[in-house]
Parts: sequence; structure tokens; C-alpha cells
Amino acid sequence: MRQFSQLLDSLVYTRSRNGKLALIAAYMRDAPDPDRGWALAALTGNLDLKAVKASAISEMIRARTDPVLYEMSRDYVGDLAETVALLWPKGEEQPAELDDGSLSLSAVIDRLHSVSRAAAPDALAQMMDHLDASGRFALLKLATGGLRVGISARLAKTGFAHAFNLDVDDVEQVWHALAPPYTALFDWAEGRSARPDPEGTPYFRPFMLAHPLEADSVDLNDYAAEWKWDGIRIQIVGTGTETRLYSRAGDDISGSFPEIAQAFAGHAVLDGELLVKGDTQGGEAASFNALQQRLGRKAVTAKMMTDYPAFVRLYDLLIEGEDDLRTLPWTDRRARLEAYMALLPPDRFDLSALIDAPDFEALADIRAGARDAAIEGVMLKRRDSPYVAGRKAALWYKWKRDPLTADCVMMYAQRGHGKRSSFYSDYTFGCWTEDGELLPVGKAYSGFTDEELKWLDRFVRQNTLNRFGPVREVEKTLVLEVAFDSIHGSKRHKSGLAMRFPRIARIRKDKPAAEADRIEGLKRLVS
Amino acid sequence: MAHWIEPHPTGIYVRPADAWIDPSLPQARALVTHGHADHARGGHDHVWATRETLAIMGLRYGTASGTAVGYGEEIRLGGVTIRYVPAGHVLGSAQIILEHAGERIVVTGDYKRRPDPTCLPFQPVPCDIFVTEATFGLPVFRHPDTGGEMDRLLHALHANPDRCVLVGAYALGKAQRVICELRARGHHDPIYIHGALERMCALYADFGIDMGELRPATGVAAKEMRGAIVVAPPSALNDRWSRRLPDPITAMASGWMRVRQRARQKNVELPLVISDHADWDELTDTIRDVAPNETWITHGREEALLHWCMTHQMRARALALVGREEEDEG
Repeated sequence: MRQFSQLLDSLVYTRSRNGKLALIAAYMRDAPDPDRGWALAALTGNLDLKAVKASAISEMIRARTDPVLYEMSRDYVGDLAETVALLWPKGEEQPAELDDGSLSLSAVIDRLHSVSRAAAPDALAQMMDHLDASGRFALLKLATGGLRVGISARLAKTGFAHAFNLDVDDVEQVWHALAPPYTALFDWAEGRSARPDPEGTPYFRPFMLAHPLEADSVDLNDYAAEWKWDGIRIQIVGTGTETRLYSRAGDDISGSFPEIAQAFAGHAVLDGELLVKGDTQGGEAASFNALQQRLGRKAVTAKMMTDYPAFVRLYDLLIEGEDDLRTLPWTDRRARLEAYMALLPPDRFDLSALIDAPDFEALADIRAGARDAAIEGVMLKRRDSPYVAGRKAALWYKWKRDPLTADCVMMYAQRGHGKRSSFYSDYTFGCWTEDGELLPVGKAYSGFTDEELKWLDRFVRQNTLNRFGPVREVEKTLVLEVAFDSIHGSKRHKSGLAMRFPRIARIRKDKPAAEADRIEGLKRLVS
Repeated sequence: MAHWIEPHPTGIYVRPADAWIDPSLPQARALVTHGHADHARGGHDHVWATRETLAIMGLRYGTASGTAVGYGEEIRLGGVTIRYVPAGHVLGSAQIILEHAGERIVVTGDYKRRPDPTCLPFQPVPCDIFVTEATFGLPVFRHPDTGGEMDRLLHALHANPDRCVLVGAYALGKAQRVICELRARGHHDPIYIHGALERMCALYADFGIDMGELRPATGVAAKEMRGAIVVAPPSALNDRWSRRLPDPITAMASGWMRVRQRARQKNVELPLVISDHADWDELTDTIRDVAPNETWITHGREEALLHWCMTHQMRARALALVGREEEDEG
């Protein structure tokens, strides 16, 4: 257990993605079987245990320690599992802070698998006595379901792939043919057996991505234009008996959108944009803001599904039945997709329409006139392009809508993370109300050059009014031109506004703060 | 009982001696337990403290005047017999033992019970009133074995030969202790130190604490510090200062590191639970050892220790002294 608990601790404290990958890779190489397979299941969210309730854990500790001291401790520490892990009184004969090595991760998993809900607290208590604080924390996190160490399933798989010099997409392909503790996967990775056969399982295929358009124009005889929708890119994989939905990162998000998975019974792989219907637009796609209500939720309530009904706007057809269409030109795939639409329920699936423009100038006009909240820009796809993984030059371009901008006043600053960790690089900025009050409208931590960052950092240090923990309030004198993709109503901020992807476009040293934009003006930009 | 000492928010007043213990405001007569800034302030007319503490105060405030009191030596002030006994907290730290009118009072200042190569170990003195700190007065605070924490530090160092390990440690006490503990684990490479530690390390060396080869971290090429340990005050960890270092692994030596979120908030990658304060077990064991009629708790998480005393049929009260507990000290 110690190896696993040390891995979790290190993942908690490591900020960089590469650092996390290296930790996971080292663990996957060094840990024994089947522990490492169970760890991989835990990290990818594929560990299916009957969760022990938090209340059962509270009860367990109250029976073993002074409840008042427990309450004070929990109040101070914040997290239940961590409080109990630190507070756990071991028996007289056990050394207080030692993982005695008698429990392997797989023994823990076996015990949690087999124990009844009623007997779980006693079983947990017995195991806790053999562990140190880190081990108890790991055990409680496993038992309550959800490690929450800030890594995605895709990152865990990438770490695994790094450990054995495999391609993560190759791992992804075989993944769904396998189950924890993934013995066949490790056998293949270490060359003891052939690659597991993923046929017949709904596995993820890497997405084709686009470059930003940098040329002044393209020839529409070579490129087809369609809208770029502002939802989340999704892949639908159906085997005829099972359907899964994958995010761009390759994470299985079927559980978050069960109505989509249930509405698809085909044997095909499709590429599209997941959106929710907004009633203000007469049943058209709503803004990203509405979709956000549905993201990152493990359990979906019926009310969520009614209030924010999801549908998929389809872009491409990769595989139909046994036919892999990815090598065909886009024109042929598009024709197959259009024909395939007839098989799909129209309330959950529609087709991403092509933009009919005689030439590039006309397209530019259409793009400039588009005010639909769910449109992020225009996609340009080479008519003869195959469907290939990743970004390939000159095949697909994204031509985003020009950003909106506003002149805002810097209000607060906070130190950043990673390479910016010593600089004040996260800025909260505001605009004026009619009464001359400054209200925050957003927060940005990108868009500036390294030189500008140094200047901004110095400005913050020299113009600090107040400190609130890590946050500094600054003199309201500096105007920042902020670029953003769109702006929406939001209950979260006092200004009632929330920007999508705000970034610092320019530092307006020349502009007096009083001449920054007003909240009223921003409200007119709400889409 | 003991109407002759009075707790005030600004310190403890010893009436018959007309003297204050660790006063936070300038006073005519001050008895100082140790050199940390929240206990030893400048500006007193006369100070009684150990030779080491006087030297530390001299370094910090430029006023070395005062009467040096040796450990175990007895002095008398206005009918009170006063002794300084090792507290095991930092170099020169002392508990102050007061005897008057047939009663004995022990004021611990800050203390710990586990071994520290830079100072003498805490001596429990049975007493009538025990005035204790409670910085880590919650049962979640159980400091692990120091050797194990040092091993984790050295493991991280050896596993990353192209990086350095930057250890945040309070400038008085923790920094020197960490360096000595590393030497005791067989690490004899030069250790680089932040400018803010230089004078204090020199003072420790003057008192015979051997810390091996120390080099200033300022003015040294980054590549020279690859594979080395760098010690700096906690405030320098996330500051621009640390940008001069070769891809540092940020470590922090503090009792607060026991709690994950506290470590994460400080952007610490390698939390080292090493404290100069008593943990929960040390606090409660010490109260049992000295078996006082009454326990007074000066600062920290006093509610929990108060609750523990009451549930163990011991009289206790919280004093709520102001200005104590610089968090970096943990």
C-alpha cells in the first residue's frame, strides 16, 4: 500500500503535467502485479467498489476518539478522509506512524470488494491499523470512491504509455477490451503476450484537429466551410450493442450524457459537437454557458436533463459498420454522413450545415454577420482530406470569430502557478457602473508577453492597497484592454456578467481609468 | 493560587519581581525565553536571558545589553527565585522556573521533546502552575520521526541530479537544525544558504554548532547548485529570488506540512514535517509529566488542549496572548 499512497501524495503536490506523468510512469514500471493494475483502475476512475458513506467513516472515528477533538480537527483540516487519516488512534502494540507492509493495494481492493456494507467500517478499521497516515488517506479515498488527485483518465493512460514506450492512442484502442486489473495490458506492454484485440469494443479514436487560419484567404473550390460550434467536441462510438461518448481528451463521458448514449444504437463512429438546446433561441443551440451546467457531473438528475437537454451536431463519419471511412476524402465521408442522418433520432442528432458562399469574401461577410451565441467561428476543411489524427498542415483550419474587447481596470492580482509562480500574473478587472462603482467582470492570466508580465508584476507590487492572503488589491489606475470570445449573463458575479476566455490584449498605460468601459456597454454585447 | 503572576495580552507579569516574561511591549525588566521575534522584542531597559538568546537579540536588535543567565543558575529578583532550564526549542531556548511563596511556576515559552542537535533537550520540572504553548494543540498534529523526513529529502535530491532541492526553513533554529540533521545523515556536500540566513548560521557556529561547509546561494551560477540543497526562509520560496536556482524542488520544513492543503497552498512539492514545537502527544505527555495543579495555555490551538485537560480532570485556562505564533516558525 505504501507505494500507492506515496504515489497519491506525490500527485497531490506535483503541479506540472510532465511531473505527474513521470510519477505515474515510474509507478507503473516498478509496482508489482496486480497492484499496479488496480492503481491504474483507481486513477482512471474504473474501480467499481460499493462506496462506504462519509457518515459511516465519521461514526467510526467518533467511536475511537473524543468527538469534540474530532470536530475541532475536522474543522481545522477541512477534508474528512485526511482528518480521520491523521487522527486515527492505532492500537497500543502498533507503531504510531508506520505502514507495516502487511497490506498490498490488491489485498485492500479484494477486501473492499467482498465486504458487505454493514461490515465495511470494521474491515476498514482493521486495515487502518496497519497503515501510516498516507496509507490511511489512500484507503479512505478508495473506500469513499473518488481519489480526486487532479488527474484525468487520459493523463493516467498517458503515464502508463510513457512507462512502456507505447503510443497512448494505441493504449486507448485496446483499453475497452480490458478490465481491471488489466493483466493482459501489462503482459502486452512488457512483451509477454500479443496486443489485446479491441475489435467489438467501443474504443476511442484520436480526433482530427485544425490549425488556426493564418492565410488571408483560401479557395472555396478546395475547401468546404461550416460553422464551428461552441460546445464540446465529442466522439460517439457504437458497436450496435454498446455506445460510448468520448471527450477530446479521450475521457469516457457517457455517464454525464446518458440521454445521448441511449439515443444511439448504431454500429458506427461519429465526430460532432455536444450542445444543449436553449429555449431562447427557439430550440437552437444555447451558449457554452448553458452547456457548462452539464459538464463535470458524475450523476445526472432528470431535472438537469430537462432543463439542459443535450444534442449532438454531427461533423463527420469515421466508421460505418465494418467500413473504415477515414482514408476517404472528406466529400465522400460527408455524403455518407448525410445519408446516415436518416437513421438517427432528430431530437438528439442534427447535421452541422455547410455554409453556402460563392467566394471567400462572401464567406467573410457571412462570418462577420453571425451573432449566434453558439457559433465560435468558421471551419475550413479541404474537400479531399482524409480523417487523420491530430493537426495536419493545410487540411483543416479554424477561423475563429474576431474577439470582442473591452477596456477594464485592474482591481486585484494574484500570483500564478508553474513558471509564473513568483509573478503576480492573475488579474481581476472591472468596469464602471452608472454610479461610478467598479465591479469585477472577469479574471485573466494570459495574453501578455514575458516583458509585459514583468511590467505588470512591478505595477502590482508598487501599487498595492491591501493584502488578502495571496491576493493583492491594487490602485484602480491601470486600464487593461481585455479580449474575450463572448460574454454572458451570470449570477456568480456581482456585475451579472461572465466572459468566455478573457485574455489581456494590451496594457493601456495611455488611458485614464475613468475612461474605461461601463457595465451597461458590456451588457449590450451579451449573446 | 499564584496571585503573584498575572497574564496580560502583552505578556506575563511577575508582580513581586516587577518583571515581564516575553513582553510584546518595551518594559523595564524583561525575562526572555528565546530569541524568536514573537517572544524577544527590542527596546527593553533590562533583559535576563541565556547567553545564546542575548546574542541572538543582539544580532536582531543591535542591543546586546542584558544579564546572561546560565542554565540551572539561580537568580533572585524581588523575592522570586528564577531559574532557566532547557526547553529544546532552538539554540538558547529556556523555560523560566519561578519560585515564590512556596509555589513553583514553569513558563515554557516554546518547546519540543524530540532530539535536536542544535540545543539541549527539554527538562520536565514538576510544578504548581504550568504555562504552556499549544501551537500544534490538535490531535491531527503528530510529527513523524525526523530521520524519515530527512531520508525523503535526500531521496528527492539524489533522484534529481539536474535540479536542486530548495528547503524553506525559518531563519532562526529550523534552518540550522535541518542542516545539522542532514550532516548527521551523512550528507557532507556544501549546502547553499539564502543571504537572510548567513549571520544566524555564523552565530550558531560561534556557539560551537558545526554545520559543515555553507556557501552563499547569491552570486553563484545556477549550474553549480545542481544536485545541491539550498536553504532559504519560507518567504523566499515563491519569490523572485528562487528564480536564480536550477529548477528547484520546493520543500518546506514545518509542522504545518502535516496537512495537505496547507502544503498545497504554499506551492510546496516536498512537504517535510519537521517542527520545533511540541506535537499533540508531546503536549499532553508533558502536562502529565509535570503534573501541575493548573495549566495555563498561552497561544496556539488552545481550545482543544483545554478540552483535553478538562476531560482528564485537570484545571486549565487559556490566556490568549497577542502577537504570538509567526506561522513560519512551525
